[in-house]
Amino acid sequence: MLNNQGRPTTPGAASVSSAPPTLSGDRGLNHEEPLLFEVGRAEVTGVDLPDVTLKADRLGGLARKRPIGLVGLSEPETMRHYVRLSQRNASIDAMFYPLGSCTMKHNARLNEKMARLPGFSDAHPLAPQSTVQGALAVLSQTATWLKTLTGMPAVALSPKAGAHGELCGILAIRAAIRARGENRTRILVPESAHGTNPATAALCGFTVEDVRANAEGRVDVEALKAKLGPDVAGVMLTNPNTCGLFERDIIEIADAVHAAGGYFYCDGANFNAIVGRVRPGDLGIDAMHINLHKTFSTPHGGGGPGAGPVVFSERLAKFAPLPLLVQDAKGFRLIEDEEEAKALGYSPFGRMCAFHGQMGMFVRALTYMYSHGRDGLRQVADDAVLNANYILASLKDVMSAPFEGPCMHEALFDDAFLKDSGVTTLDIAKALIDEGYHPMTVYFPLVVHGAMLIEPTETESKETLDRFIAVMRGLARDAKAGDIERFQSAPRLAPRRRLDETAAARKPVLRWRAPDNAAEAAE
Amino acid sequence: MRYLPLSGDDRRDMLAKIGVASVDELFRDVPSAAREARFDLPLHAGEMEVERIMGRLSRQSIPAGEKPFFCGAGAYRHHVPASVDHLIQRSEFLTSYTPYQPEIAQGTLQVLFEFQTQVALLTGMEVANASLYDGSTATAEGVLMAGRVTKRDRVLLSGSLHPHYAETVRTVAELGGTVVTAAVKPGQVEDLASLIDDKTSCVVVQNPDVFGFVRDLRPIAEAAHAKGALLIAVVTEAVSFGLIEAPGAMGADIVAAEGQSLGNGLNFGGPYVGLFATREKFLRQMPGRLAGETLDADGRRGFVLTLSTREQHIRREKATSNICTNSGLCALAFTIHTSLLGEIGLTRLARINHMRATQLAERLTRIPGVELVTPSFFNEFTLKLPRPAVEITHELAAKGIIAGVRASRLYLHEKSVANHLIVAATETNTDEDIAAYGAALQEVL
Repeated sequence: MLNNQGRPTTPGAASVSSAPPTLSGDRGLNHEEPLLFEVGRAEVTGVDLPDVTLKADRLGGLARKRPIGLVGLSEPETMRHYVRLSQRNASIDAMFYPLGSCTMKHNARLNEKMARLPGFSDAHPLAPQSTVQGALAVLSQTATWLKTLTGMPAVALSPKAGAHGELCGILAIRAAIRARGENRTRILVPESAHGTNPATAALCGFTVEDVRANAEGRVDVEALKAKLGPDVAGVMLTNPNTCGLFERDIIEIADAVHAAGGYFYCDGANFNAIVGRVRPGDLGIDAMHINLHKTFSTPHGGGGPGAGPVVFSERLAKFAPLPLLVQDAKGFRLIEDEEEAKALGYSPFGRMCAFHGQMGMFVRALTYMYSHGRDGLRQVADDAVLNANYILASLKDVMSAPFEGPCMHEALFDDAFLKDSGVTTLDIAKALIDEGYHPMTVYFPLVVHGAMLIEPTETESKETLDRFIAVMRGLARDAKAGDIERFQSAPRLAPRRRLDETAAARKPVLRWRAPDNAAEAAE
Repeated sequence: MRYLPLSGDDRRDMLAKIGVASVDELFRDVPSAAREARFDLPLHAGEMEVERIMGRLSRQSIPAGEKPFFCGAGAYRHHVPASVDHLIQRSEFLTSYTPYQPEIAQGTLQVLFEFQTQVALLTGMEVANASLYDGSTATAEGVLMAGRVTKRDRVLLSGSLHPHYAETVRTVAELGGTVVTAAVKPGQVEDLASLIDDKTSCVVVQNPDVFGFVRDLRPIAEAAHAKGALLIAVVTEAVSFGLIEAPGAMGADIVAAEGQSLGNGLNFGGPYVGLFATREKFLRQMPGRLAGETLDADGRRGFVLTLSTREQHIRREKATSNICTNSGLCALAFTIHTSLLGEIGLTRLARINHMRATQLAERLTRIPGVELVTPSFFNEFTLKLPRPAVEITHELAAKGIIAGVRASRLYLHEKSVANHLIVAATETNTDEDIAAYGAALQEVL
């Protein structure tokens, strides 16, 4: 999670690093790596392909006339370039990565192996359906697991990420309201919500209205009820919420929304806390997206691809988007035709994307679900919540926790413990980098000042947590002791020190240009 | 369970530290009505067992590589070098997240900067973002962006835009505007110019289009610009950039493309990677993540995510789009494959694709009754057959030939294309594949 509000975006007072320079510019195993365009050459290729001559082309006179401007690398150079770049990244495999709200859990390599089975990876989305029954069976089984785990009767698999799932859910709500002949214009979103929630509701043409949090970090139910009315289409709520707390009045909220004729959307980003234990269908939820890259461990990949299937209640099921999957005597079959869907009693609101969704992610998630089973998934939730509460209990005396526990899968702290120390939340995050950790999520959620949101996940050992806790306690102690310089100049030990984000935004350089052209572009 | 490190002793000690007797107490905020759910699902399974289950499912599909295979229509079978799949499985790429802490994410950020440069070069545009979900959603985002730039809400779609793309656009563009789709005329230059009016925000044209027809975008760019509308060029076959004039050079204002062909397998439709490029002057209206160059506290070059004030985590309901992530790992695969190919390799690859398609078209159109509908094409063309294509693809599949995508799979109620078959050929198709296709089609007709 990223948020810039209230956090510095320039390096500030950091002093120049004092370690002596090397002749090469590299430092031991830490290599500087130029850009592809500085090491590649126009005349080099790393793929052996025959140089065929086209006697006469059939391009209708539209053949490219000028070079593209690409450069190539031989295969060994390609390996070195990208391996060296990879070494400049933090990763869950290499380090504790407690990025709140992102569920950075272990990514099992069995999932990768299964995703590469040719019946899935080498299946074309528009191949005759009789030839891709195995791929369709993966869709079907993924759907069955997700419906069972959530206690919801329907699922749309095609949304490509969490935010895309939100869009799918709100579009289904919009379609349901229109089918009733109503025109409801408002969506209520708690102020602690992910930024995608209000952005999605606005994209669908709804007016977004904030609902404030109460002193316990939960939705203020009375404030929410006061805003309900005949023009409210629905409520978008994250549960467990972004403060890491279970919305204990959730059934009351659902009932109130339903009584007012609205629908209840749940952001399922934090499903990891309750998977295998609690069914969202039992909480009165009408639609919820599931981030397969969070709860079901499909790799985050440096920022995608994700997958955001949406489960629906009975009230919304018929509005799910195309394609639909059905099974008859001949096997599985996709319904891609709106009229055919209508003949079967569905009213799909449209299509979210080309083809049928993030198949590669379904295979990984299904592999993960089979590996855990119902018992393992319940243990996932138990251990994720246990680990987070252990961190909360072990740090709340030296840091400041704005809300009473127990928390769910993540522990939230604010910056009250840093008051008058001169050290900020961002400084703590950067100091953690020097200590060998990926920082927690900072400055989110917005409802507390200088937020630090720590999500350990269930795949971390007690030893890892104990070491992290010791480091956090040390940092809190040193910050309070006034060792400001050390914090403000962090990180010193990463491939780069603090970067000037303000300069980057003021004069954006978003691509490489050949030196001549670069001078031209600057004019 | 092999992925869970806590022991029973650990759990007991941790509960003691927390001050509760059992994990159940930590779930006390869950309403009691929802606390004891039961799940009709199997118990956990070892690796071998899971491999058996998944292997059985995989074998129920026929991989494209096992038969002479000619399907395209938005997803293409190309050879991906072994080093690409190895590199994207590096822990540091595979198991990192969005580069929120740039000091320890320079690998991902520099890759995205290289990706943005490659995409800008390939499309002939000035700036590109760090990728979107796929080509279809990139197209929809392009349409929304055109609305923001022109402050107009009428969208004109070519009839030869991939119908899935058209439906994806309609899903979002009809929320606040109207979408007009031109009539379907396979292999013909449509008269789009007469459908543009002064409320039109953009014209969306695919090239090569869904039938494989290679079209000159310049006249439609001129017509759009004359009415104050933008031209959005859609490309579903990224290898075509190696041989066909770049959309930017033909007057496109926004390019939305599917990057799957470079670095990414078929994967039954996803995950893929959306390419998105535009003119510098529209930069602040562009959706999606952007990597930018800057300096660190020691004055060294580094990269950060930038212009985030367009994005949802800052702007919330006023954001340019609701997108949170990109398609990072697929973008990485695209960039590595493109780096391996380079200018020379991509050009050669594109030529081989065109040669294969030309050979196949020549072979198939020698069969009486088979008509080539697309006068110009790259690696995909459309045939008109003497009978409904649905019958023929079925009969050919029974003979072990996956003959292409029938237009009726995409144009579900367009009777005029019932006999049309969209056929793709790539470098993966051999002389034997082409001969087998020719012989089999001759037999069934």
